[in-house]
Amino acid sequence: MTMLRVVLSGDFPQSRILSAALLVIFIALAAAPFLFPGTQSLNVAAKICYFVVLAASYDLLLGYTGIVSFAHTMFFGIGGYGAGLALYTWGPTWTSVLIGTLLGLGLAIVLALIIGLFSLRVRAIFFAMITLAVASAFAILASQLSWLTGGEDGRTFRVPEVLRPGYSLLEAGAFSINGRIITYYLIFLAALVLFLGMLRVVNSPFGRVLQGIRENEFRAEALGYRTIVYRSIVNCLSAAMATLAGVLAALWLRYTGPAVTLSFDIMLDILLMVVIGGMGTLYGAVIGATIFILAENYLQALMGALSKSAAGLPVLPQLFDPDRWLLWLGVLFVLSVYFFPAGIVGKLAARK
Amino acid sequence: MLETRDLTIRFGGHVAVDAVSCAFSPGSLTAIVGPNGAGKTTYFNLISGQLRPTAGQVIFAGADITRMPASARARQGLGRAFQLTNLFPHLSVRENVRLAVQSRRRAGLDLFRTWTSHVELIEEAEDVLDQVALRERRHVAAGLLPHGDQRKLEVAILLALRPTIFMFDEPTAGMSVDEVPVILDLIHEIKARGDTTVLLVEHKMDVVRSLADRIIVLHNGKLVADGEPAGVIASPVVQEAYLGIANV
Ligand SMILES: Nc1ncnc2c1ncn2[C@@H]1O[C@H](COP(=O)(O)OP(=O)(O)O)[C@@H](O)[C@H]1O
Ligand SMILES: [Mg+2]
Repeated sequence: MTMLRVVLSGDFPQSRILSAALLVIFIALAAAPFLFPGTQSLNVAAKICYFVVLAASYDLLLGYTGIVSFAHTMFFGIGGYGAGLALYTWGPTWTSVLIGTLLGLGLAIVLALIIGLFSLRVRAIFFAMITLAVASAFAILASQLSWLTGGEDGRTFRVPEVLRPGYSLLEAGAFSINGRIITYYLIFLAALVLFLGMLRVVNSPFGRVLQGIRENEFRAEALGYRTIVYRSIVNCLSAAMATLAGVLAALWLRYTGPAVTLSFDIMLDILLMVVIGGMGTLYGAVIGATIFILAENYLQALMGALSKSAAGLPVLPQLFDPDRWLLWLGVLFVLSVYFFPAGIVGKLAARK
Repeated sequence: MLETRDLTIRFGGHVAVDAVSCAFSPGSLTAIVGPNGAGKTTYFNLISGQLRPTAGQVIFAGADITRMPASARARQGLGRAFQLTNLFPHLSVRENVRLAVQSRRRAGLDLFRTWTSHVELIEEAEDVLDQVALRERRHVAAGLLPHGDQRKLEVAILLALRPTIFMFDEPTAGMSVDEVPVILDLIHEIKARGDTTVLLVEHKMDVVRSLADRIIVLHNGKLVADGEPAGVIASPVVQEAYLGIANV
């Protein structure tokens, strides 16, 4: 128990249902290659892993500090392009991964610092607009510099040998550990460590100041906290975490391009994950990212099944036509925001 | 030693604080009186750094702090309690105070240990809550407290900062009669320490009479009277302009 307390930074889930849900998600992800061996399901599991990091890092800004930023996918993209282009240019070695990651982190932190210093001291809406402008400019730049980035097509690259599907560590009958599984566990463990690291930060004295700033920035300043410093640090930290999530995504996809990293659609997805799961609680990011990505991947199939089983009945088959999955996803989100304004985790915590 | 020199702030055409020069010496309790809108709160905002003056200076401990941000002034020992309750509404009562203790102890930039491992901060916060009789309610969200308790919490936050200058802006306003003594006793005790400077904006003249060593009167942003309490209250300018207040 004390061990768990240290690992979770004393921040235990606030309800039994939540603890159970988190445990199920954790076990499912930890054993995903063996529980769900298909290619698609492993893709889904890996995506959940790096989106948990991405959504949680966004919640550091939105939920914990009350900062609205639209530049989060830019940092995600910087990580993706950093690792991806390094592998593409310098060849599939771990050195490339390392250098690409460090370059990405450096660029992300510098950009976050500059955006922050120029606009964090002014009104929140102004900061949001600046991040939107910078992120748009960055996306345009990424597609214009096609000699470097591959433009709209992006870049496909090779990863270090142990991470390739063809690599086999162990083969025993039906049981095999190939490069894909190794990559998955690399991502899973990295995501776990990053998540627990963020959990520590939000439960540190620093994290407490962030919540104070969200609640009443004026008073936090009057207590002696130089709020611009705190906001700048969390802004950089959040950007760095998003960058690392981008590196993980690149390693998994072996591809980087605007559609999978920089697109504004992803920004909206992150926002929805955080809002649905519950702002101001990192566990909300886990729940939100998991539900969202499962819905995105399996709602269509579920509706196909529903539509078939309703065949012969009036209206229903059309209503559940798989082509309408996006509509239903929208309905689900509206309902969840309506019924759980504090997010799923907020709702569960209130019930105990 | 705190001093303002020709301190002035203009909002558009309106001069809210008009060339106020005044020095406050350690160990003294100065009451600041004047009708609503006289500029008392604005004067406080200029001293504690929430507003920047149009002209004039604020001098504290021998240094010109006119351009210093509010956070730095707080760290140097300028403590301020607000007239309109100004708390962290969704954080617990104890957390409101703990954040103040944490700021004073410069622990805010620790990202790596959990806040609960800084046990001394929690203990100190609870000790402060004892002083205002709020320990029992420490786990309640500050925004859910009744008004009187919110005023007490406001004072507790100020105590937790352990400033050398205490600025109280109508600390008992809106409190029920039986709650007022807790606050007044605290102010009395702070004054009795002898090394602190207290600035108190207060309308209740009996309170002012019993606590203050000195009264200054603000009117339309100008300092119109300054002296020991009996004299100021008896002076024609106060009797004429503030009869309503003076007789409360
Ligand atoms: N930020 C501001 N902008 C414009 N006018 C202000 C501002 N703050 C205070 N005032 C004006 O300054 C005058 C003094 O206000 P205040 O200092 O709150 O008075 P008091 O505390 O003595 O009741 C009032 O007329 C008020 O409307
Ligand atoms: Mg006032």
